[in-house]
Amino acid sequence: MPLVKGGHIIADEFVRVSDDAELPAQGAILVSEARFLAGPDALASRSSGKLGVIWPNNRDVDDLVPYLGRIALIALVFPSFRDGRAYTQARLLRERHGYRGELRATGQVLRDQFVFMLRAGFDAFDVKKQADADAFAETVKRYSVFYQPTGDGRLSALHQRLQLRHSESAGL
Amino acid sequence: MYAYDEIDRTLVNERVAEFRDQVKRRLSGELSEDEFKMLRLQNGVYLQLHAYMYRIAIPYGTLSSDQLRRLAHVARRYDRGYGHFTTRQNIQFNWIKLAELPDAMADLAEVGIQSMQTSGNNMRNVTSDQWAGVAPGEIEDPRIWAELLRQFTTLHPEFSFLPRKFKIAITASDHDRAAIKIHDIGLRLLKNEQGETGFEVLVGGGLGRSPFIAKTIKPFVHGHDILSYVEAILRVYNQYGRRDNIYKARIKILVHELGIEKFAAEVEEEWLQIRDGALKIDDGVVEDIRSRFFYPAYETLPAMPDELKQAAHDPKFEAWRKNSVFAHKVQGHAIVVVSLKPVGGPPGDATADQMDALADIADTYSFGEIRVGHEQNLALPHVRKSDLPKLWKALDAIGLAIPNVNLVSDIIACPGLDYCSLANARSIPIAQEITRRFANHDTANLIGRLHINISGCINACGHHHVGHIGILGVEKNDEEFYQITIGGRADEGAVLGTLIGPAVPYGEVADVVEDIVEAYLALRAHPEELFVDTVKRLGVEPFKERVYATR
Repeated sequence: MPLVKGGHIIADEFVRVSDDAELPAQGAILVSEARFLAGPDALASRSSGKLGVIWPNNRDVDDLVPYLGRIALIALVFPSFRDGRAYTQARLLRERHGYRGELRATGQVLRDQFVFMLRAGFDAFDVKKQADADAFAETVKRYSVFYQPTGDGRLSALHQRLQLRHSESAGL
Repeated sequence: MYAYDEIDRTLVNERVAEFRDQVKRRLSGELSEDEFKMLRLQNGVYLQLHAYMYRIAIPYGTLSSDQLRRLAHVARRYDRGYGHFTTRQNIQFNWIKLAELPDAMADLAEVGIQSMQTSGNNMRNVTSDQWAGVAPGEIEDPRIWAELLRQFTTLHPEFSFLPRKFKIAITASDHDRAAIKIHDIGLRLLKNEQGETGFEVLVGGGLGRSPFIAKTIKPFVHGHDILSYVEAILRVYNQYGRRDNIYKARIKILVHELGIEKFAAEVEEEWLQIRDGALKIDDGVVEDIRSRFFYPAYETLPAMPDELKQAAHDPKFEAWRKNSVFAHKVQGHAIVVVSLKPVGGPPGDATADQMDALADIADTYSFGEIRVGHEQNLALPHVRKSDLPKLWKALDAIGLAIPNVNLVSDIIACPGLDYCSLANARSIPIAQEITRRFANHDTANLIGRLHINISGCINACGHHHVGHIGILGVEKNDEEFYQITIGGRADEGAVLGTLIGPAVPYGEVADVVEDIVEAYLALRAHPEELFVDTVKRLGVEPFKERVYATR
């Protein structure tokens, strides 16, 4: 599956390590939440490469919070594109817990969810279909106005109107 | 009505472009039906028994005459010349072609109406009192807040893939015409001791397979905090609402399983973390939205104009006036309800010609504004009382001076098995037959206020649980049977009806309704005691005896 990050299709530097496999000596690794929680401190302080964790959508992200500063990638999961729990997890990680590492959408990640995902704070996308990955840059330009404020920095309609009012009253 | 600004217009146009692309990808086979299904549902497009059905939102039930004309245009150009008004301030077209949908959507966008989130597991069209802004005694116009919520709910980046659909309704009058207690979130506008606007917030109401009346989660949330409070509720629901069983996925089940206190505590904990964040609004924001609503400049007029005194001699006019004309907050004016329930007709349908004519009538007599209510009727909210006789004639000329508002033939019904792929039984023909049985206006008037609600399956789109008489279609051995409940109501005293006994076959439903009504006429304490009050006083037993004695 193509990985899109920063608007481009790129090679994935993270290697998925299964729960019973030995850890590679170096390089960026991606482990399950079970493996991570079995020995989080050892994994997080591994000096030879970046750490990524796959976090399921039915577990509170609170359990991850103590380690956020040492995690380079959190992969949240959309088992089906109909299951929207990871949107909440993403916003909580970004907006409440200040997570600044890579936040990757995985699972059934389709073109028509890209804008929602960006707004929720995802910055990397494990896209299911090649055609959707190819269309990423074009798709994310579909919307230029947004009603809701989120932590993604885009100006919401509420605040756009507020600014407009201020500039009008300043001009009086 | 609310007039879109440049931001609103841009968003809707971008949505149309997106949907056009999605339809193109579906037609080319690039999208599977399964993938496309969710996308079309997010835009109000269902696949029904015979064709695609297109559901358009009429936020808080307010339409301009130009918008109504455009709906008529869509009915004529893309459908079969009629539309169906639903119980949630939507209109549906039943015969639309997929390839033409983006054009229909673009035509509607030009006049500021759209179909986003009228289906699918997201936050649906925000509904309100159809008399908002004109009802006497209203605290303030709830549509301002409904519009703020409309914007908040539209394309929400976190809550567009919820466990199940999510409906918000808002009222600002003592008499609840928005049925807020049967919604996922019900908001009752009120003032605190400082005279500031806020809301009693109710949560977990809903009908369907497991009906619940909403419970109060917080007695007062300040208006400035209402968006963050709603966001907190949705956030708890999105994380913890059940996704393993579609029948247990509504928020009412989560509230029921956790208990209202525990649920309220979860919401409170979440809310305290976001209440002072970016969703906080100020009076300026509220006034900004209010300034985009249209309020007519009413004239000073007499409470009882001569025209009305003269027309009172015409019994046909009087029959219509008594049932269709309601008090207005401004002297000399009236709210006129336009019944879409003709004898023998499908409840809530209007033809394109009727819509065009009604738009013209609204321009002449109601400052160009029309309202849509959950009872599947329309209303003209700003009528000069002196114009009532002329208005009555104009409505009569297009078959819309039907004098049965709130009477036994003013039936709420879902489309049922005639259209809907979910239905077990027909609804419309049952409604049509009942209206024929009670076609005599004097009899209907004698019976007085009586709401009949019909649903063709357990999903309860016809709100049968809260009908004074509720009729639910079920299937037994490939035959249509109907369960009858009595004593339900959807207003501020919302209560679920009680089943009176075994289901009856299709052919007997109208007879049973007649039996129930006859029993009521014999049992009522006095002519002013409404059906629903007689049931409350006596319980269902005497009605049950009457219905089943001979069956």
